[in-house]
Amino acid sequence: MKATDIKNPEYFHKVVDCQHACPAHTPVPEYIRLIAAQRYTEAYMVNWRSNVFPGILGRTCDRPCEPACRRVRVEEEPVAICRLKRVAADNKEDIRDLLPEIPTVKNGKRIALIGAGPASLTVARDLAPLGYIIDIFDNQFAGGGMMRSQIPSFRLPVEVLDEEVNYILERGVNATFDVEVDSLKSILDQDYDAVFVGTGAPRGKGLNLPGLEDASASVHLGIDWLSSVAFEHTHSIGKRVLVLGGGNTAMDCCRTSKRLGGEDVRVVVRSPFEDMKASPWEKEDAMHEGIPIYNNHVPKEFVVEDGKLLGMRFQKVEAQYDEEGNRSLVPTDEDLVFMEADEVLMAIGQENSFPWIERDLGIEFDKWDMPVVNEITFQSTNERVFFGGDAAFGPENVITAVAHGHQAAVSIDLFCKGEDVNKRLAPEVNLTSQKMGVHEWSYDNAIETDKRYVVPLAPLEASLADRKMEVELGFDVATGYKEAERCLNCDVQTVFYEDRCIECDACVDICPTDCITFTHNGDEDELRTRLTAPARELSQDLYVSADLPTQRVMVKDENVCLHCGLCAERCPTTAWDMQKFLYNVAQAGQ
Amino acid sequence: MSYQVPRFRHPELPKNELGYTKADYEGSISTLCAGCGHDSISGSIVRACHELSIEPHKIAKLSGIGCSSKAPTYFLGNSHGFNSVHGRMPSVVTGAALANRDLLYLGVSGDGDTASIGMGQFAHVARRNLNMVYIVMNNGCYGLTKGQDSATADEGSASKKGEPSPFGAIDLCATALQLGATFVARSFSGDKEQLVPLIKAAISHRGFALIDVVSPCVTFNNNPQSTKSYEFVREHAEATGTIDFVPMRTEITTEYKPGYTHEVTMHDGSSIHLYKVDEDLNPFDRRSAINTIEDHRANGTILTGLIYMDEDSRDLHDVMETSQRPLNELTEAELCPGNKMLQNINASLR
Repeated sequence: MKATDIKNPEYFHKVVDCQHACPAHTPVPEYIRLIAAQRYTEAYMVNWRSNVFPGILGRTCDRPCEPACRRVRVEEEPVAICRLKRVAADNKEDIRDLLPEIPTVKNGKRIALIGAGPASLTVARDLAPLGYIIDIFDNQFAGGGMMRSQIPSFRLPVEVLDEEVNYILERGVNATFDVEVDSLKSILDQDYDAVFVGTGAPRGKGLNLPGLEDASASVHLGIDWLSSVAFEHTHSIGKRVLVLGGGNTAMDCCRTSKRLGGEDVRVVVRSPFEDMKASPWEKEDAMHEGIPIYNNHVPKEFVVEDGKLLGMRFQKVEAQYDEEGNRSLVPTDEDLVFMEADEVLMAIGQENSFPWIERDLGIEFDKWDMPVVNEITFQSTNERVFFGGDAAFGPENVITAVAHGHQAAVSIDLFCKGEDVNKRLAPEVNLTSQKMGVHEWSYDNAIETDKRYVVPLAPLEASLADRKMEVELGFDVATGYKEAERCLNCDVQTVFYEDRCIECDACVDICPTDCITFTHNGDEDELRTRLTAPARELSQDLYVSADLPTQRVMVKDENVCLHCGLCAERCPTTAWDMQKFLYNVAQAGQ
Repeated sequence: MSYQVPRFRHPELPKNELGYTKADYEGSISTLCAGCGHDSISGSIVRACHELSIEPHKIAKLSGIGCSSKAPTYFLGNSHGFNSVHGRMPSVVTGAALANRDLLYLGVSGDGDTASIGMGQFAHVARRNLNMVYIVMNNGCYGLTKGQDSATADEGSASKKGEPSPFGAIDLCATALQLGATFVARSFSGDKEQLVPLIKAAISHRGFALIDVVSPCVTFNNNPQSTKSYEFVREHAEATGTIDFVPMRTEITTEYKPGYTHEVTMHDGSSIHLYKVDEDLNPFDRRSAINTIEDHRANGTILTGLIYMDEDSRDLHDVMETSQRPLNELTEAELCPGNKMLQNINASLR
């Protein structure tokens, strides 16, 4: 193998699994250390800079970081990264003085943002401090988009949402609410320098089953019903509720139903339980509230009598997988199952819809009627129009929308300055030794063996009685500290200087997880078979040095390195050093 | 500064026949200097014992005084240990071994502990062919008292702040051969590929097995004027050949390289394979072994690898016809066989 080029920031970036997995690449270990040091405001600002909505995401994020956490590979459960973010948000001081200044003298460029969801708000936040004139249009009464209409208050209190949305809207942004933009042309005609479309994936999918027409008064689309609850149009639901679907929207629907008068609320899903799209913790939360999940049931028909919905029939199926792992749901020979219902919520997915975008504006649409959008620049085929969030490539999640927003803002800034939008900005990178003394590090390198702490919940009865009462109480400061200490500091990198190495093997001998080997070089596949411990996790890189005096090389399997620093502590010649690698994705104007 | 090794281990660590991983054979975190050769020897002992599937409670590790003799704390944390008086480890092992022949005795000593204060003890334990492994962590200096030359420092070799040694070195391997040791090897802490099979072979050998391991002192004796530095040893070591240890329980598979020139079946049924053995050396002949050591000394090279082995070794227990069972397992009836037996014994002496 070639010697690893650690000057390429992407090498160490990948070692920080959580940050690498995060669509916005938030420097997770950096803020977790700040939480452990009780520097909550700074921890919050590290987040705010990167993901814009720490309080909201600390409660609702899909957490792609957590399955990536190294702790999963060396212990079992990841660090509760998401809930630690909330600890920072809950305990911070007033941050308004720390927010970037908005120039009073503008740069003369006008940007229209359609939709006031997470993607648009991110664009606004990134561009307003650069002097752009920002006009936001949204059809809801306040900003936040799906975070307001679809995430129930018992998961995301409206005060938290308002606070973080308002950090943006109150600072040099012109927002117009309760306005339905029904023509993109009308916006473009107003001579905006650029337009950003962040309108989400607003249309719920339905199931056209026999009986639907007669039952329609009692059958609702999940996301529409959730927003109707959020906007106080709907206050109750029948006693017996069937929720169709296995995603997070289904979980929100069933839990909201339970709070609005549903007594016998059931989730019915076609797939096996394990294959459900909902996050495991959201399924757990629903089941904790006494909501059963019926899996392997395919809805067949609505049963209506005298214009009144009685219930639904389902075909029981069995999941079978072929050799390539493709699933097919094969009906069993059992009779159809009948379940009684007063109301049915369909939460089987949502899709994009752009009836308001005229097709003669130079914006190309593909065969799925989705705009053709560049995946890096977020520019459409009309160079003035950018897309982001769910509107760009279909339904994802809040943190992805934020990541899109940042990149779209970079593009819009480049575009407005007349520069090439394809010339992306290099990340901001810093690599600093943590050495403070012979055996002293400026980070806490001891490895705690604590198991993941559980977030306390409000009493079940009380929370089911009030749909606005937040179910999760969040970690208190003491538990937050302990959970923060579980972080392995994967951003503190093991940096190897081969010119100092005397090949004494001290690092090999001390490494608790047998990451290090000195051996002769070879191809990666073959080299992996010769290392001190099995190196079968191919997604994790090998760090290979240049040739040493004995013609061998140092090979480090990054997979289960604990970043404990013992290799560097036991190294007599400081050939190993522990260096903190801070990586921030460049934002507009940098 | 870290005071303990993190508890997490590689999740796919191989398990031995007892179901233990290497971690079960480790000890506390080392307090020796960073880069000390002794830590590598500890690592090799851990590997050898793990790979041989020895039950940790069947091992007794004993030592004297010095950096080397601190080292047993840093390996085999689940085994018996005895940190004895300076240079007196052989006596304690002798007593322990006579009381319980079922344990594996692993003596760990240094060049001071063996070649100076403990020389007399070393001579007699070798002469009696006590069934033990005697590992010398040999760095040619007294590291614990700031690096004065020891009796194994080569003539002309200088430590970091010292003058060139005016005296010749005691060669522990040559000395042990003269004294009657039945297994003699030399190795280098920085060469685990050689050291681990040697330790395994020494463990399997019935009788006194000496491994003199050159183990650089990074703090006081790893300078360019020293003949016990990492660099010097790497450049001047010449192996007698390579060695593979084949445990009794393992069928000989392709894992073990063909082409060995010697195969030795050990007392416990395992065997060792020797490859490309030095043409001038017959490792089963004491005179040849001594000559080869002297030849290398004359050439200024360090002879490593298996130097001598007596295939027909009879250890102290064999010679003395001691109890087959540990003394603590003998019953009162066996220990006090009664008046009649005493009369018989007395009669036989008249």
